[in-house]
Amino acid sequence: MSTKPAIEPNTGPVIVPRNDASVSRRGFFMKLGILFNGFAAMVLAVPVVGFLLSSVTRGRANGYLSWVPLGKVSDFPEGETRLATFQNPYVMPTDGKTVDTACWVRHVAGEKFQVFAINCAHLGCPVRWFQQSGLFMCPCHGGAYYRDGSRASGPPERGLFEYPYKVENGLVTIQAGELPTPGAAIASLTGEKPPCAS
Amino acid sequence: MRIMIGKIGEWFDHRLQLAAPIREVAEHPVPRSTASWFYVFGSAALTVFILQLVTGILLALIYVPSAGQAWSSLQALNHQVALGWFIRAMHGWGSNFMVAIVLIHMVQVFLFGAHKFPRELTWVIGVFLLLMTLGMAFTGQVLRFDQDAYWGLGIGASISSRVPIIGPFVVKLMLGGPIIAGATLSRFFALHVFVIPGLLIGFVSLHLLMVLKLGINEWPMPGRVVKRATYEREYQALTKQNGAPFVPYAIWKDLFFAAFIILAIAACAFYFGPFGPTGQPDPTIIQTAPKPDYFFLWLYALLSLLPPSMETPFLLIGPAVAILALIFLPFLSGEGEKSWKRRPIAVLTVMLISITLGTFTRLAQFAPWSPQMNAWSGDPVPDRFVHGTTALERQGALVFQVKQCRNCHSLGETGGKRGPSLDAVAVRLTQDQLIRQVIQGGGNMPAYGKNLSPAETTALVAFLETLHPPGQVPARDASRDLALGESSQKSPGTQQ
Repeated sequence: MSTKPAIEPNTGPVIVPRNDASVSRRGFFMKLGILFNGFAAMVLAVPVVGFLLSSVTRGRANGYLSWVPLGKVSDFPEGETRLATFQNPYVMPTDGKTVDTACWVRHVAGEKFQVFAINCAHLGCPVRWFQQSGLFMCPCHGGAYYRDGSRASGPPERGLFEYPYKVENGLVTIQAGELPTPGAAIASLTGEKPPCAS
Repeated sequence: MRIMIGKIGEWFDHRLQLAAPIREVAEHPVPRSTASWFYVFGSAALTVFILQLVTGILLALIYVPSAGQAWSSLQALNHQVALGWFIRAMHGWGSNFMVAIVLIHMVQVFLFGAHKFPRELTWVIGVFLLLMTLGMAFTGQVLRFDQDAYWGLGIGASISSRVPIIGPFVVKLMLGGPIIAGATLSRFFALHVFVIPGLLIGFVSLHLLMVLKLGINEWPMPGRVVKRATYEREYQALTKQNGAPFVPYAIWKDLFFAAFIILAIAACAFYFGPFGPTGQPDPTIIQTAPKPDYFFLWLYALLSLLPPSMETPFLLIGPAVAILALIFLPFLSGEGEKSWKRRPIAVLTVMLISITLGTFTRLAQFAPWSPQMNAWSGDPVPDRFVHGTTALERQGALVFQVKQCRNCHSLGETGGKRGPSLDAVAVRLTQDQLIRQVIQGGGNMPAYGKNLSPAETTALVAFLETLHPPGQVPARDASRDLALGESSQKSPGTQQ
């Protein structure tokens, strides 16, 4: 490219002979016009990017999490593990049934509970509880967990996700609102592997 | 009449000026050797793409991209709208065919050395087209908003979340919120209907333009080596000496194959019908075993068979390496032999990859790694295994059933295949080894020590010890005989 002359002969009607150093009036305005458009694009980019990332920025502040009641303590017999459902606290009008979420509630004793996410810690498929063998089994890739949620076998690298819970006025309440995934940033869901229960 | 049409045509062309360039494109000379049935897959892919555009627009007339209503709108398409089922089936089968044809096209191009100089960029754009085709396949599966789609999104989210540091943000960006819900479906709709098809149209046009500008790859002859300095001159000489106009010399095969493919899709659509939708996308219905569509089955199998510790690195690094390898391929082997007859490594690579993918796909179809959730209550212990057994052993058979061992272990061909079949377990393991395995687990089996009483364990192991073929004696611990005398171990071979 450098061997070519700076100005190519132009077939168009307007030929403005000029040397490299000079800047023509129209050339200057064209560059100014490009700059002006760049500024406009930047002004537009702020709301566009803000809109696109809105689901992330809200999540950063943990704005999705709330305390959700699951049911009365008496609904969960001591020593048993029962399926419970709750409505996700963050709802959009088009969500339909997808806001209904299931979880496994294990009533250990007294006010001691364990509330497990339905999602397998491997890839999120719904795990099923088998009372007789005391195992949670996953239908997708064969992950299995003990009754206390700790990993028993299969591809999961950790135990089931646990929701933080509290018992208030006889109600079991959990802190929920986000899909539990292996890489979740929420401290409550990355919780330590539960200790082996008796 | 004919003069009239001619005049109208002239009037339009005077303004549009398209006749000359179209004729030039149609009649551009191609090497005679390329008028082959091997060269029809590119145009077939384009044909199916156009079919997908048309059927997709038709589906959009009824489909509602709302998490609350998508499933019912699909039901309406299947059952309420006249021939809605057929359009859905055409679109679903069209997508299967498109993935298959794009892959075949890619293999053909690679084996014929068409990715070499000067067609490197055509190949690279082709790689993007493949990725977009797979992207369309996945987003399309999501739009069929049923249980498989719902849990498939969960799998996608779980994989994305494993990206270091930004993982959780990627998940929220992908889902459009904290959970799989309305916003998720809407953004996959936007991707499937606007973003990816738009990109596809642009990239397909570029891909075609380059085929026209650079000429279709000539039939590779062993010994005719590509050199950057001389190739283009040789190609021009070839098309000059031994060329023929694309229309009609070569195009008739493309036309025949295109029509054949459309009819094949229509036949599949008519015979097999539309895909799903399976159960409603209600996350509280957990009696489901989600599975991806066939083009991602190999991945589903891989995710089960990889050692857990290797999974995340493999998932995150594997695709990047594969895509980079495909992109860099024409730059690493841009010259040299084109013919597959002189490229044994290329042929072996294609065979290795297709056998691997084929095996994983086949495995995923019957998913032997998943427990059979209903085996313990649905598949009784076959008679012959309890015939003539003692009371203790029968009690053991009951424990075996009730404790859901059957979900993972088969007896007489029924039951799960997650663990080994136990038809002849007594030949493999001694009494002590059986007790240890049941109580402590190991080798991917959960430990049942906390869940079995000593009496249950005794009965279960007594039953397991009867499981050996009639002619074979069970395994025994010889040292135990020596230390404690013959009577310490139950005499073998009494059962069956």
